[in-house]
Amino acid sequence: MRTSEPFRPDWIGLALVVTLSIVIIGPMLVVGLWAFAEQWRYPSLLPQQWGLRFWHQTLARPDVWTALRTSLQLSFVVTLISAAICLPAAYAFARMKFWGRDMFFLSFLSIQAFPRFGLLITIATIFLSLGLVGTFWGVAIIQLVNTLMFMIWIPTAAFQAIDRKLEEAARDVGAGPIRVFWSVTLPQALPAIVAAIMLTFVGTFYETEGAWLIGAPHVRTMPILMISFINNQLVIQLGAVLSVLLWVPSFIFLLAARRYLGPQGLGRGLGG
Amino acid sequence: MATLELRGLTKVFGATMAVEAFDLDVGDGELVCLLGPSGSGKSTVLRMIGGFETASSGAVLIDGQDVTRMPPERRPTSMMFQSHALWSHMNVAGNIGFGLKLRRLPRAEIARKVEEALTLVGLAGMGERRTDQLSGGQQQRVALARSLVLEPKILLLDEPFASLDQHLRERLREEVRDLQQRLGITMVFVTHGQDEALALADRIVVMRDGRVQQVDRPDRLYRHPETPFVAGFIGQMNLLQVTVAGGRIAHPAFDLDVTATDGPALLAVRPEALELIAGEGAGRLHRVTDFGSHAVTEIDLPGGERIKAMTPEVPAAPPGTPVTIKPLRAHLYRDDRVIWSSDAMSRTSTRAHAHG
Repeated sequence: MRTSEPFRPDWIGLALVVTLSIVIIGPMLVVGLWAFAEQWRYPSLLPQQWGLRFWHQTLARPDVWTALRTSLQLSFVVTLISAAICLPAAYAFARMKFWGRDMFFLSFLSIQAFPRFGLLITIATIFLSLGLVGTFWGVAIIQLVNTLMFMIWIPTAAFQAIDRKLEEAARDVGAGPIRVFWSVTLPQALPAIVAAIMLTFVGTFYETEGAWLIGAPHVRTMPILMISFINNQLVIQLGAVLSVLLWVPSFIFLLAARRYLGPQGLGRGLGG
Repeated sequence: MATLELRGLTKVFGATMAVEAFDLDVGDGELVCLLGPSGSGKSTVLRMIGGFETASSGAVLIDGQDVTRMPPERRPTSMMFQSHALWSHMNVAGNIGFGLKLRRLPRAEIARKVEEALTLVGLAGMGERRTDQLSGGQQQRVALARSLVLEPKILLLDEPFASLDQHLRERLREEVRDLQQRLGITMVFVTHGQDEALALADRIVVMRDGRVQQVDRPDRLYRHPETPFVAGFIGQMNLLQVTVAGGRIAHPAFDLDVTATDGPALLAVRPEALELIAGEGAGRLHRVTDFGSHAVTEIDLPGGERIKAMTPEVPAAPPGTPVTIKPLRAHLYRDDRVIWSSDAMSRTSTRAHAHG
């Protein structure tokens, strides 16, 4: 943070930071504490007894490991396919003129604009006849549909925001169209693309509705497993341990993406 | 040795004719300015030379070789853009060295050439900076170095200094002129500022609505404008609707002998080519502005026109004083071209590019 003379604290900014911290970090902290608490009774501020008993219990269950593997596989596969389909499409939306372009572009919004559960039920009936219900690929396809909007809209805005003169300047010094794309267009759009990939990965990892409707009972992802834990026996610690486990991919992704994701870069990528 | 020839270059965008039958020869080491208001097609001509627009018809020849259908990456030209167009994901050295890297030069040689180019534009040792850490003038210098490092046959500049402040613009303009003369590089410079064109160019092409109005040296352009548009566009000019009758213009405010056939015409007189006689006459002194080095007097004529006269001395007459004006040098236009000029030189001048 830059300080200026005379020092004047930014009270509104400070208040926002404090409020956001309480609302976001507070619950996470409580869940984090619960995961390592063996006994924690009201009105004590901290658990009376710490321990890893529930971690052992959770990690000893084979269904947790299966679910974690399923979730990771699903997220990787969906992100990969989504990127392979959507990034070229985003480039086309940003740069080419073709018949029905705007209608097609808006149709991706409709996936998010209408109640998704209705859409899912319809798809589920179709999948039932195709034998896709309860299979990994059935869930993967459903998740793919969910990711389309982020993966198309954000990179499209990023490609549109790139000054064409930058590409012309690269052509000018001797780069062919493909080299221009790799050396100028893609690096310029990268912050937004990384953001879109991250949203897709994390969104797929945490998605429950589609995974439950299409995947049950054979394909169980981490969030689905968590729901069944909570439904079957309400042991707070088990839920807390699973929650902490669920944070892992988000943290890894945030750390990996930090390099590309200055607020400036993201803003520019989103056309701000 | 690099010469540029443009032959009947035409560009049509949809229904609009952006550039129409544009002819130009640029000699080796010459600096030619394309000057015109926005929408005159000057940038389009430049982009056709650089390969960023395909000509609808006509040809671009560099050193006699036809490059009309060649993509920009294969042309021996280099363009400097108004928005500098530096790649923000590369540092300064990366920007300048990108073209060399594409030519697969050894790393050490790239580093050496980049540093040379940086020194040339006065930014020695700045290679590791990020482009957004530079000032506007420095960014344009990096863009210039990026172009020069590839030793292009022809350097194209698309209003490169338009976004800079006046002082910086003048300094960079002189630096570019110095470099151009030192390196003997052929340059085409697009601008809408006549000062810039007059200060830089060996020759100026004045454009309007996609057509060439006049191609001439800066000094001749000012003294011998061949069309009323050029007359009004370069410097200040008083333009008056007059009628020629019997080799004479009989204006309520003055008389002038001309060599022209009878009929209506447009008379152009520079403010400094007007003599003022205060005390009597059909004109009325409206206002005097003292600029120190000279004074500008505005005069209302009986026909409702207001003209300006520039004199070294401040006229000692209050507003409303009757004045007589006497054009010392003038040009007469009819049908958009000059038909008479008080100066003998312009009668022998050849129009470099006829049109219409």
